[in-house]
Amino acid sequence: MIEIIDKLALYFQYPFVRYAMVVGVLIALCSSLLGVTLVLKHFSFIGDGLSHVAFGAMAAATVLSLTNDMLLILPVTLLCAILLLRSGQNAKIKGDAAIAMISVGALAIGYMVVNVFSASANITGDVCSTLFGSTSILTLTQTEVWLCIGLSVVVISIFLLFYHKIFAVTFDENFALATGTKANFYNLLIAVVIALIIVLAMNLVGSLLISALVIFPALSAMRVFKSFRSVIICSAVVSVFCAMLGIIISTVAGTPVGSTIVVVDIVAFALFSSVGLLAGGIKA
Amino acid sequence: MAQIICRDVVLGYEGKIVVKGLDFSVFGGDYLCIVGENGSGKTTLMKALLRLKAPVSGQILTGDSLKPYEIGYLPQQTNVQKDFPASVEEIVLSGCLNRCGWRPFYKKEERQIAEDNINKLGIGHLAKRCYRELSGGQQQRVLLARALGATRKMLLLDEPVAGLDPVVAAEMYELIAKLNREEGITVIMVSHDIAAAVRYASHILHLGYEPLFFGTKADYLNSDVGKSFMAVMGGAVQ
Repeated sequence: MIEIIDKLALYFQYPFVRYAMVVGVLIALCSSLLGVTLVLKHFSFIGDGLSHVAFGAMAAATVLSLTNDMLLILPVTLLCAILLLRSGQNAKIKGDAAIAMISVGALAIGYMVVNVFSASANITGDVCSTLFGSTSILTLTQTEVWLCIGLSVVVISIFLLFYHKIFAVTFDENFALATGTKANFYNLLIAVVIALIIVLAMNLVGSLLISALVIFPALSAMRVFKSFRSVIICSAVVSVFCAMLGIIISTVAGTPVGSTIVVVDIVAFALFSSVGLLAGGIKA
Repeated sequence: MAQIICRDVVLGYEGKIVVKGLDFSVFGGDYLCIVGENGSGKTTLMKALLRLKAPVSGQILTGDSLKPYEIGYLPQQTNVQKDFPASVEEIVLSGCLNRCGWRPFYKKEERQIAEDNINKLGIGHLAKRCYRELSGGQQQRVLLARALGATRKMLLLDEPVAGLDPVVAAEMYELIAKLNREEGITVIMVSHDIAAAVRYASHILHLGYEPLFFGTKADYLNSDVGKSFMAVMGGAVQ
């Protein structure tokens, strides 16, 4: 045990490990806040879909050899998020079909673009690390960390300021609309925020695993807690805890960061499910 | 002056006209039942009254100091809500949201309104409970309490007893009648249940037949369409 702690202390002397921790915790926090809304709106797959879009955009940016690929990734992802979430409950193509369409479409185009045009010798390696985020979190620069902190502050303040509106729009869009809440505006806001989170989170877990960060903490919290506020708080706590634990384990054991965090999230979900079952059993 | 005036309204759905020639007014304290078969345009009319959907032609006006967004709405339950982790308090409070404007948090008086409405509908003991664990009748009361938070003047109810067993349904009807009688809240109810409509309503709008019937309950019972429906039901009501 002492060996492990010594090893950790050593690792945490390196700035890149500390950066990874800060960014990991912030991303986990942001994604879990919005995750509850997305799960409840039956939009769990939106994270997946948008991250594939981000992957496609990233591939295009690489091929165009843009110096700052965020300039392309962020607007493209935002646009798709708005298209997907804008129509909300009253959509013509229902959410799941639209997401599946955009998601696999972007993935295919992205991979093709990389294969056809890329000058890199290690295409498989590049694609793999974009999809699973294997190392990029350990190569963050200080600027990227500050960018991440800034965006997280924006996301969290939007969430706190519009908490009650987000609740109303999630619970009953038509009622909110009929009683004068600008539901479409808030749908748009949710779309923009989720797109921001996805683009942020690509660095942490890679584009294939982002959905896990979005849905697992929310689902875990929903097993046990029964009011919206307690679910949100619990989901944030679980998410941050799992991200920290995942990063520590992966540093010590040398496992890939993204998938380790997701595995910890799965374990947490299993725990919460059993607690929920037990509590339900006692009450009934 | 009437609270809602429909002038020669035509309603449609994806280019298809569903109802035309809607001409009626609803006054403060009225209890209007909109009846008719599936597909006769009840839901479309309701969406138009709530301004969720614009009419194809004609005008829907609000008057008598009723603002367009002051209609308390009791929708049918959606799939999203069946598994929604939210306490009764949170849901009822969300009905007061249109009083907030851009202010991000609720004030004390809004919390008070929500609490009063919870007590008024006899669900005070459930305030901390989780919505998805309540029975169908209790859930409807929660949504009704929420609707009361959004209005003091008019309620629009979409099949408020759908899926409830007869005893609970009767309680729900009594509760709505009481709000109409004692608080003077105008009620517009969309319903299949013609028996209940003629029992509680002051006015009836019958969609799906030409010409559309709109009038008081007494007129309805004397009209051809009313008589034929009453005959089908064996004159059980009256």
